[in-house]
Amino acid sequence: MRGFLEWLGGTEGSRALLESQYAWPLIESAHVMGVALFLGTVIVGDLRLAGIGFTSIRPDEVLRRMRPFVLSGFGVMVLTGVLIFYSNPVRYYHDLFFRAKMGLIFVAVLNAFLFHRAARLGNRGGVRPGIAVSAWGAAAISLTVWALVVVAGRLIAYNWFACDIQPQPGWVNKLAGCPVTAAASP
Amino acid sequence: MEATGVGTAVRQSVWAFPILEAVHLVGLALLGAAVLAGDLRLMGLGLTSASPGAVLAHCRPWLAAAVMAMAVTGIPMLLSEAVKCYYVTAFWVKMGTLPPALALTWAGRRRLIRQDPPGHTGATRVQGAVSVLLWLTVAAAGRWIGFSA
Repeated sequence: MRGFLEWLGGTEGSRALLESQYAWPLIESAHVMGVALFLGTVIVGDLRLAGIGFTSIRPDEVLRRMRPFVLSGFGVMVLTGVLIFYSNPVRYYHDLFFRAKMGLIFVAVLNAFLFHRAARLGNRGGVRPGIAVSAWGAAAISLTVWALVVVAGRLIAYNWFACDIQPQPGWVNKLAGCPVTAAASP
Repeated sequence: MEATGVGTAVRQSVWAFPILEAVHLVGLALLGAAVLAGDLRLMGLGLTSASPGAVLAHCRPWLAAAVMAMAVTGIPMLLSEAVKCYYVTAFWVKMGTLPPALALTWAGRRRLIRQDPPGHTGATRVQGAVSVLLWLTVAAAGRWIGFSA
């Protein structure tokens, strides 16, 4: 894995992107605009599911109407996110906050997937129109986990736990997978 | 401004500025929800099964909460580096577009909530589009403050 990422980071495109004066900040800005589009429209659906916003519109209606914006926002996030990762693969791979962010995204997407599957099954069973599962719980998990994704994402910019700044506590080196040699450790 | 207690405290702490930034960004997501749900409806997109006035009314409490969150996290960040901001163009772009964006989404929307027209019109489409563009500029300029030395 590390060998591949070292090769990736050494490619011409990766180096050009990392050293670019405008491309990198523009891609990073687009990633932040994506937060407003993607997470903004996710939040609209979650507020409705939690029963605390947009309550005069049916929940499944809100989710359906927001879906194209959620999906296009997600596309922007993934595309710009992959480019940012490509600009410095080894650094992000060993970043604690990056690792936390990827884990949290997995949890948030899994939550959305399980909720949608359960909601669809509920509808097909003809139990009642709208959404017949624990909508409130799914919305609370979604809002909390996505907020943590944003926080972890922003903190990637800080190198407090970077592998090349030693000594770090043992748990940091372990979680970040730092290749600490005997000579480098105190 | 930088000599204020808040400004000094934020500057001297390792964690304060990053945490403020992160929460500011979470606030941006909530602001995105309140701005986009309403402006998309004004443009005839998104929550079109309800009237524009109804959607804007639903957005209102979240808009207020998001603006509060942005101010509570944004002002201490400004206090911690007021002199830098003074010399950064992006900061002034943000300060120039923020008041009209706020006026359009607060006062401009209030008028439509009161009148509650049955559907979107050419005028509401323009209002929605201008609002989205203004907020995009506010957000992009805000991000650019961080890239400016």
